[in-house]
Amino acid sequence: MSDLSTSRPSATQVLTRGIRQNPEIVDGIWFTMALAVIGTAGGSVIPLVIRAALDHGFGPAGVDTALIGKYVAIATGAMVLIAIAGYWSKVRIFTASERGLANLRVAAFRHVHDLSMLTQNTQRRGALVSRVTSDVDQISQFLQFTGIMMIVSVGQMLVAVVVMLFLSWQLTLVVLVSFVPLTLSLRWLASAMSRAYDRVRASVGEMLAVIAEPVVAAPVVRAYGIEERTQERVDAAVWANYRANIKAQTITAGAFSAAVLVGGIANAAVLGIGVWLGVVGELTAGTLVAFFFLTGLFTGPAQMATQVISDAQNAVSSWRRVLDLLDTPADVVDPAGSGTPLSSGDLAVQFDEVSFGYPAGPLVLDSINVTIEPQQRVAVVGETGSGKTTFAKLLTRLMDPTSGRVLLGGVDLREVSFDQLRAHLLMVPQEGFLFDASLAENLRYGSKEASDAELVEAISGLGLGDWFASLPGGLDTQVGQRGESLSAGERQLVALVRSALADPKILVLDEATSAVDPQTELRATRALDRLLSGRTSVTIAHRLTTAENADRVLVFDQGSLVEDGRHEDLVAAGGVYARLHSAWVAQASLG
Amino acid sequence: MSTPSPTAQTPKKLDSLAGNATDRLTRRGFAVMGTGIVRQKFVFTFAALASLLFGVMTVGDAWVLGWATEHVIGPSFADGQIHSAALWTGVGLFLAAAMLRTIGVIGRRLLGGVVYFRLIRDDRMKVTRRYLQLPLRWHHRHPAGQLLSNANADVEATWGVFMPLPMALGTIAMLVAAVVTMAFADGVLTIVGLVVIGLLFVANAVYQRWQGPKIALAQSLRGDLSTVAHESFDGALVIKSLGREADETSRFRLASERLRDANVSIGRIRAVFDPVIEALPNLAILAVIGIGAVRVESGTTSASDVVQIAFLFTVVGMQIRSFGWVLGELPRAVIGADRVGQVLAEQDEMTYGLRDIAGTGPVAASVKNVTYSHPDVPETAVISDLNLDLAAGSVVALVGATGSGKSTIVSLVSRLIDPDAGSVTLGGVPVGELSQSSLTRTLALVPQTTFLFDDTVRANVALDLSLPDEQIWAALRVVQADRFVEALPAGLETELGERGTSLSGGQRQRIALARAIVRNPRILILDDATSALDPQVEQRVLTALAQTAAAPTMLVVAYRKSTIALADEVLLVEAGQLVERGSDAELRARSVKYRNLVDAYDQARQEVDHE
Repeated sequence: MSDLSTSRPSATQVLTRGIRQNPEIVDGIWFTMALAVIGTAGGSVIPLVIRAALDHGFGPAGVDTALIGKYVAIATGAMVLIAIAGYWSKVRIFTASERGLANLRVAAFRHVHDLSMLTQNTQRRGALVSRVTSDVDQISQFLQFTGIMMIVSVGQMLVAVVVMLFLSWQLTLVVLVSFVPLTLSLRWLASAMSRAYDRVRASVGEMLAVIAEPVVAAPVVRAYGIEERTQERVDAAVWANYRANIKAQTITAGAFSAAVLVGGIANAAVLGIGVWLGVVGELTAGTLVAFFFLTGLFTGPAQMATQVISDAQNAVSSWRRVLDLLDTPADVVDPAGSGTPLSSGDLAVQFDEVSFGYPAGPLVLDSINVTIEPQQRVAVVGETGSGKTTFAKLLTRLMDPTSGRVLLGGVDLREVSFDQLRAHLLMVPQEGFLFDASLAENLRYGSKEASDAELVEAISGLGLGDWFASLPGGLDTQVGQRGESLSAGERQLVALVRSALADPKILVLDEATSAVDPQTELRATRALDRLLSGRTSVTIAHRLTTAENADRVLVFDQGSLVEDGRHEDLVAAGGVYARLHSAWVAQASLG
Repeated sequence: MSTPSPTAQTPKKLDSLAGNATDRLTRRGFAVMGTGIVRQKFVFTFAALASLLFGVMTVGDAWVLGWATEHVIGPSFADGQIHSAALWTGVGLFLAAAMLRTIGVIGRRLLGGVVYFRLIRDDRMKVTRRYLQLPLRWHHRHPAGQLLSNANADVEATWGVFMPLPMALGTIAMLVAAVVTMAFADGVLTIVGLVVIGLLFVANAVYQRWQGPKIALAQSLRGDLSTVAHESFDGALVIKSLGREADETSRFRLASERLRDANVSIGRIRAVFDPVIEALPNLAILAVIGIGAVRVESGTTSASDVVQIAFLFTVVGMQIRSFGWVLGELPRAVIGADRVGQVLAEQDEMTYGLRDIAGTGPVAASVKNVTYSHPDVPETAVISDLNLDLAAGSVVALVGATGSGKSTIVSLVSRLIDPDAGSVTLGGVPVGELSQSSLTRTLALVPQTTFLFDDTVRANVALDLSLPDEQIWAALRVVQADRFVEALPAGLETELGERGTSLSGGQRQRIALARAIVRNPRILILDDATSALDPQVEQRVLTALAQTAAAPTMLVVAYRKSTIALADEVLLVEAGQLVERGSDAELRARSVKYRNLVDAYDQARQEVDHE
């Protein structure tokens, strides 16, 4: 993914791409912007009223209260309109951006499910969750807070400059020149700030990892008496985070105060030059006083600018991460409607010269040729790293081969639509993963339309009626997060029923290695046996009995299919399997 | 199918938070704020003073403008000539006010930040210290996620109010100064000022009150969304193999749309209040000009006073928002402080004795009449009246079904927990009388769940000991980890990343084993600590272990026959009691229970075959 890419797209590219992805964010943006600019005009109306009042109302000939009253009334009306424009623009910004970002989330979420890294690299899951949660939140924060602030600031300054130019171009120049050094240093300040906040973020990451140690590693800490060492590590990380924060805070405070100082300098310069301009007749007193009010409109935005730039940088990198995710090609593509239809009935699986290697890595599987006939019960064995798991992943099309073809009923898997493939072939993972919902809802992951009666039928069909009867809530039993209200063995049972409901022709099983209690184990074995009967099955075997009872054993060693035959024949042949088997037997019979 | 809807009940719950509860939270929030101020009184005082300086000088700025209008601009424009002295005074006053405001704002932000970051830094260190002191039985009662959030988010929430607080204090000073300045200028205009300031307060308070519950709702919906994403990605393999991507997407879309709607409704409130709060000071200025005109006409006030008061409103309006921010933070502060306070108030602690175990070489262990029940369910004993002996140098396997109490026995022998009754001794010394260093030197435990530190291979093996490389390599060799560690980019110095995620499960487990072995313990306890190893590798590791020179006494919790086979003696536990002991062959011969348990797989297969 993007982490490896060397050339980062610019902020503009990211924004353009982001808007192309979700054009609804900028729906009616020009009207919104126009409203927003009107909404910021309040600050500029006041100086105009002040000027008019000072120059025409509070004349030497006395106060013209009627005229001032008229000005005040007009300005009050304007204020109401400005407030309405402000309200309207904000509602539009919120609605459009939230709509767009909700769609972005959903699109990214959907795409993640098409990426093989989701199933291949479990460590990255946390990062993928951030893509659809905190990264999008960051964009939303930016668009709605910093973004609005930016529009308000820029709008306010634009309106102010226009009003200022209308009043006196000379004083406008004075104000602008006062702010030039600050404006020029903004870029530098922003990059210093972004570096400082990068360090803060890095220190937060390290701190979170280390703070977890006293909690997650509590047994290790106690057992080895390393409380002191652990506390030292925590303290060091907490202090590093503190220092990074203070440093960032210092830069922010510096930038913020610079704007205050510059505002003061601008006022002083306006007074000095304004009085001189007034004396030479270029300016009225009202205009000069109005300028002090207008200068104030620059200080706020200048203070915010550094904050805006640093927030914008964060938001852009979040947005870039989400878009990069969307741009990551789905490596295993569903041909969907354009797929080749499979013939009905039982189908054979064939590996034709199949090799697989990860990019820039050695081959994990090398030229595999094998055909699995319908109704065969196949056990796949081999040591860790032999390629047996890769074999199963290629068979279920969790990955595609680097070269060669995997055929189902003579059709290349890449040409079989996912719907058809899944109707035919089902993978049952080692761990029975359940969703935090009722038992019924979990079972319906296997068959959406199944009625309660069908669910119960499937349960008893696998001989699990007595187990089901022992569940207090029946089908409504809540299984808890990741199914943790049930035991590991029970989760496995649910997974088996779920598979039975899906009713595939071919089952690919990754045999569980972790032990469960004997009673459940017995139930699972019986249920599995019923599930497999009448189906083709390919089991990654970790148990001796599975291989012994298979119709056929495929033996993998260092990426090659080295032996293929019945258990007895392979034992007699005295090769790799015979060695594996004798080790197995040794363990089993030692008991 | 109907998708799970974790959010259905949240809004109701949040509504009840509004009203009286909010007031109580606010009051308690002020108390939390008070403790923070006391803890950082020195720096906080300076931050507050800096903020006061800023606030007062902001009013000073307006005063300078009024002064300049009256003494510089007025006369100069009237006479058509520059009054240099007055002009330079005016310029100087503007610059001086700006300097003082600058100093004020630096102090406020910097020192305010120091206060905030110190408070959270100190609390983080306090909370983690408490975690390290509290015994394991306490940890067992508290989910890890909650404890991590106590040390992170809750600590930040407690002190979050300190970010806007100095500014709010400065604003009070500013308001007082502004009202005083106005009062000097004109009484009637002062009343206008007070009314508007009051309205601004009300608007901000109403804003907070309306928005608070909605923000909390959005926060909880954000949590729900994240839960759906986590769960869906965790179950990816199931979803993929069952072809349920579309349904998962609608589930996520539902959560996503709920969050969207909540965010939009927060936005609508903001869209109303932002313009109102911006417009109020401007309307006030217009009122000041209108009323001011009448007052100037009647000669009770001057045009420059009107200008000054008008200018005051432009600077005061926005500052009043800081009160809203402070109020908004208070409920969070209370919730955070409550959670952090609960941890800090825990007094439970495991105390150690002073004794040591004499001699070298393997030690014996014994458990006598031990009873233990889980602190949450004291009525049901996990272990009841347990007796067992491990001879020095023996290898003992602990066998039993899930929930039979094996891990509890291991924890008792390692003194991670203390029994309710009975005694545990190591080398004849009751474990409670041993010093902590003596205990950790004598006994090494490899827990069921492997934990690796975000550190180097060396640090993960040696922990707090400084050991020569050779000793570390020797331990790695015993656990068959030397080959893969050699292959790591920096060997022993390779950083393993957070929780050792760069290694496979089996590799991680081997590092954890090396950590125990490198200490040459006199008794070694493995709580199902070889489960992720290939049976062949496990066999080699355990054999190598048993053959080391000063082989320790070993207590091994085991499921696999290969593991059990290595034991001199097998203890079969059931419901927290020792039901059988003997060699594997003996137990196999005389105990059906034992056979059933150990042969579970084979037996299951046979029964199926007989059907």
